[in-house]
Amino acid sequence: MKLIKNARVVDPSQTLDDIRDVLVENRTIRALERPGSFDSTPVQETTDANGLVLTPGFIDVHVHLREPGFESKETIASGARAAIRGGFTSIAPMANTEPVNDHAAITRLILEKAALADLCRVFPIGAVTRGQKGEELAEIGLMAEAGIRALSDDGMPVMNSQVMRQAMEYASMFDLPVISHAEDLNLSRGAPVTEGAVSSLFGWRGNPNASEEIMVAREIALARLTGARVHIAHISTREGVELVRRAKESGLAITAEVTPHHLLLNELDLLKTAHSCTHHQPRADFRMAPPLRSERDQDALLEGLRAGVIDMVASDHAPHGCVDKDVEFEMAANGILGLQTTVPLLLGLVREGRLSLSRMIESLTVAPARLLGLRGLGTLRPGAEADLVLLDLNEPWELLPAAIESISKNSPFLGRRFQGRVKRTMVGGSWK
Amino acid sequence: MFPVSFTSVHGQSAELLRTLLALSFRIKNDPSRYSAVLKNRTVLQMFVENSTRTRMSFEAAVRKLGGSSIGFSSSGSSVKKGETLLDTARVILQYGVDGIVLRHSSAGAPEWIAHATVRPVINAGDGAREHPTQALLDAFTLAEHWQSKGTANFRGRSVLILGDTLHSRVARSNLHFLAALGARVILCGPATLTIRDRSLFPEFEVVSFPDRILSEVDAVMVLRIQHERQSSGAIPSLREYRHFWGLTRERASALKEDAVILHPGPVNRGVEIDSEVADSPRSLILNQVENGVYVRMAVLARFVGGLEA
Repeated sequence: MKLIKNARVVDPSQTLDDIRDVLVENRTIRALERPGSFDSTPVQETTDANGLVLTPGFIDVHVHLREPGFESKETIASGARAAIRGGFTSIAPMANTEPVNDHAAITRLILEKAALADLCRVFPIGAVTRGQKGEELAEIGLMAEAGIRALSDDGMPVMNSQVMRQAMEYASMFDLPVISHAEDLNLSRGAPVTEGAVSSLFGWRGNPNASEEIMVAREIALARLTGARVHIAHISTREGVELVRRAKESGLAITAEVTPHHLLLNELDLLKTAHSCTHHQPRADFRMAPPLRSERDQDALLEGLRAGVIDMVASDHAPHGCVDKDVEFEMAANGILGLQTTVPLLLGLVREGRLSLSRMIESLTVAPARLLGLRGLGTLRPGAEADLVLLDLNEPWELLPAAIESISKNSPFLGRRFQGRVKRTMVGGSWK
Repeated sequence: MFPVSFTSVHGQSAELLRTLLALSFRIKNDPSRYSAVLKNRTVLQMFVENSTRTRMSFEAAVRKLGGSSIGFSSSGSSVKKGETLLDTARVILQYGVDGIVLRHSSAGAPEWIAHATVRPVINAGDGAREHPTQALLDAFTLAEHWQSKGTANFRGRSVLILGDTLHSRVARSNLHFLAALGARVILCGPATLTIRDRSLFPEFEVVSFPDRILSEVDAVMVLRIQHERQSSGAIPSLREYRHFWGLTRERASALKEDAVILHPGPVNRGVEIDSEVADSPRSLILNQVENGVYVRMAVLARFVGGLEA
């Protein structure tokens, strides 16, 4: 048995925020009691967590691990190391590998590699359509048996509404949520940034908010038609948030996630990323899909997260190498790292008083566990899996490339000074 | 210290722009005085997007300043063979170059290359963002013309930019440049081809159709309409474009007597402008071409030659 003493335990699943001693037996939480309660219990290991916050292990429903197929960017093992460093005990990798995770054999391969890495839990997301081509359904049922927890074509959104309708109907039989990267590609094609001030200045095609709004509206309409569980990935616009709010009010099973970078940055940050010697040159490390939106959108996202319209935070961890990023901005790949910066960035919002600690933790534990149907995760109730994180809310540190566990280093937050960090991560009763 | 580049008009002080104009005038008056400014210097003409006119203009400018050019166009380079532009730039640096003239289809590329190569970069057009030496030569041509009529002052002058401003680096650089000199700027073109968000631009006006504004302006800058705008759905046809936005003989006759016409070239005769208008006495199109060499000499002298004006 392991004992963690004097921690400030914050567990929104039981509305707990108090000093506790936590007793871990084998792989599960045995008990949480007032300090000193277990002083006479024989334990193999005692950790003093005085001054630290202890929470359920974090769950990231949206990452890209690049294996199989793009191992020069990230492997399941390197991604899992980044997850552990970032406080994530469970991650859900998207299906856009090579080959695509549209087949039970690929699902099993991912799970096997994850087991070999023996770091965090990995819950694969299966493709909605074969090859993520948006045409024929993938073998959803067989993948469900192999262990997928959700469906998504993510960055290759299903444009055909009939295909999406059938996917939702079919997925419902296996109680799988369908995750939608809501983007009308006809409106956004060729647009490296949002439509607005920066696209206008640079003469770039802009990706208008309407591209997201239209598809969020479609997914809501299809959810109403099919009764499926629908999850909106990385919501980025105020219009999208408003649609989700109204859908929830009408009782539909719609959930949504937001990324830390959409909460922390807006399109004008592209102009502030200047190399010290020049001006107005956006760095490709600030390029992602959906793009950074306006300040108004940014404000609406934070408000949506606070109010619970947006259920959870997901990193959209998307590793890319220099060949994809150190090129012309317009030609650069979309996506940035997120596993090691999500928690520190959110702790910054908590520090500034813009987000409560309990809401932050809820958005990384209870809400994602519910989406993926993960019983015994995202909570510290006795009997739950002993997945937990120790946080220091005050420790200052700087993000340096050497500290990044991912093979790729494409983070816009390199060099940023943070206050508050992940100290230790436990998965299934073992410190990792 | 990091070398200073000339990558955009946006962000430059009005003082610098006036300095470049003044230097251009001095060079045009007595080019021989500047024939050794780039002596023993090599300028890389890096054209990662095809261009004949701008490249020749820059090459002529380098030669008149006593320097030499090496260069390539994308079709003949390794850029298409999968080597990244950054690799290409680093290789070329080993040949010893003192400055880079860059034409690139991707907006923002000049700053990126400047940072990567630690050389002064002159933007010869990046995507639809900027073409700063074009704006300089346009302003120079207008200033020279207005000077000959009395005063080169831009304040109180109105300039109409007519055409596809959305995809136009010439329009963007001119918006910044003309505003810095105090001119009133009006954009006119189809809504599908007009700059929308103005929040990072100086003030300008937008009108949908040119007819009511023509009699008010002192200059019309006609932009080239690309044929692919029709296939992309931005306009129904070039014929319809000409009907509503072409600077036809009839429209030109509505202009003020002393109003002038500019065009960055190459001209689609009979589409955005009628031949006889392009060749009329009020057209300054050939002056623009000639002045292009002098203003590029000024920019090269200042940013590569280190000439303090």
